[in-house]
Amino acid sequence: MSGGAVQQLPYWGPVAAVAALAVLAFSAAVADGVMSARAGGMRRGGFAPVAEGARLLRQRRRTTIAADAVLRQVGVAGLVVAAALKVAVLPVGAWVVSDLEVGLVWFNAMDVLVWAFVWLAGWGANSVYPLVGGYRFLALALAYELPLMFALTGPAVAAGSLRMGDIVAAQEGLWFVVWMPVAFLVFVAAVLAFSLQRPFTAPISADLGGGVLAELSGMDRLLLLGGRYSLLAAGSGFAVDLFLGGGSGPWFPDWLWFLAKTVALLWLLVALRRRIPQLRPEQLMAPAWVVGLPLVLVQLLIVSIITIAGRGS
Amino acid sequence: MLETVLFAALAVLAVAAGVAVFRTDSMARASYALAASFVAVGLMLLQFRLEYIGVITVLMMVMEMAIMAIFMIMFMGMNPALMPMDMVHSKKVAASAAVGLFLLLATGILLADWPEGRAPATGNLTESLGGAVMGSKMLVMLVVSPVLFATLVSALVLANPRGRYAAYPAVPAEDDADDGGNQHGAHADDDGNHHGGHGNHGDGGHQ
Repeated sequence: MSGGAVQQLPYWGPVAAVAALAVLAFSAAVADGVMSARAGGMRRGGFAPVAEGARLLRQRRRTTIAADAVLRQVGVAGLVVAAALKVAVLPVGAWVVSDLEVGLVWFNAMDVLVWAFVWLAGWGANSVYPLVGGYRFLALALAYELPLMFALTGPAVAAGSLRMGDIVAAQEGLWFVVWMPVAFLVFVAAVLAFSLQRPFTAPISADLGGGVLAELSGMDRLLLLGGRYSLLAAGSGFAVDLFLGGGSGPWFPDWLWFLAKTVALLWLLVALRRRIPQLRPEQLMAPAWVVGLPLVLVQLLIVSIITIAGRGS
Repeated sequence: MLETVLFAALAVLAVAAGVAVFRTDSMARASYALAASFVAVGLMLLQFRLEYIGVITVLMMVMEMAIMAIFMIMFMGMNPALMPMDMVHSKKVAASAAVGLFLLLATGILLADWPEGRAPATGNLTESLGGAVMGSKMLVMLVVSPVLFATLVSALVLANPRGRYAAYPAVPAEDDADDGGNQHGAHADDDGNHHGGHGNHGDGGHQ
């Protein structure tokens, strides 16, 4: 059960993947604009991200005294790069940019890069609020990462492979979400966490004057905000491939099914995160480790038993 | 050819970033220069078709540097970690140890009886490497690793049953005597509610 399930795209594959990621991320921003307008009792609002993007592109870049420009720039630009590197191993229907043998671990490694980038963006500004914001992200990351890792283990154990194509292929009969709902929920929560969406917005919270975002303006701010949406879009795509059967579905081609599921989940998450209040940074650790971690470990045990029993018969 | 060039570039990057660790005067730059060095090594491992080990090296090292950023505030105190500082100390001892170790390893490499190059390896290289290193002890290692992990987590839980903010799980109210910060005043109302709510959960065994 290795290879053959998906085919790698030729040289233009990376360009297509990044373009698709950008369109998806933009669609999430548009959805957010529409929902914000609705919440304010107005119609439309879909143009808001374009207007905000244009405003930020014209805005002068603000710098701080004795900032560590290199580290700050690495952190600010990093979120978009991490999202792009993630989708490199993400099968879209039957296509993938790189059918890496350990695609799932690659996704996890790129997700850990976000730890570094958010902290570096906070550190580099040489300013108190961004620095505190960066440390707040590390506090959240310590809490969500371990449940996330064990949630990722579920599909890998069930498929008997770390290759994303194999994991999608293993869901031919039954989507993994049906028999690993806890892992799915933990994964979706972690997607919100590593893309800095509510309830995990303490690092960029208003009580810190914007936290990591406090000193960012113009292009820098646009990159970081765009990076958040890109990570959310990439995370939705992985949730579809890991738990929602990838591109499987009747009548339509599998890439269309994949994109439809991803967009649906992405917009659902955008709508959902608007309704959840923000957690204080210290509030996540105990629930994540005392409740989430044991639950996801029990889930993993059940998955392992079912998988071994299935192989035996 | 291209592979060799890429390998050489990554090797140079790994060494250069390693040197940068000691040339810089900022803890943050030193940490992430070290991370960059290890990422280059991880990518070189990918070239050996050791995908799992390569990617996990990148994952572990980047995460480790992020954790380092936490430790550097926790244990170094605010000023030394946040201000410019010298990255080297005990220079003579360190230099002689480094040169000595380098000579020892280089001698070992040159004198070792390396096996002949065989046909290109096939199958799962990570698995065969693990088998070659661990041999018959593989099963023991597989059993020990979850036990080690469980031990680490339980030790943490036992050593630190409640965090700095004492928010969860419910714990007795803190003494106000020497903690007059804003934090406390702001959450005074919250605390009252929490304790009322958690009283029924039978948390007595914890205290």
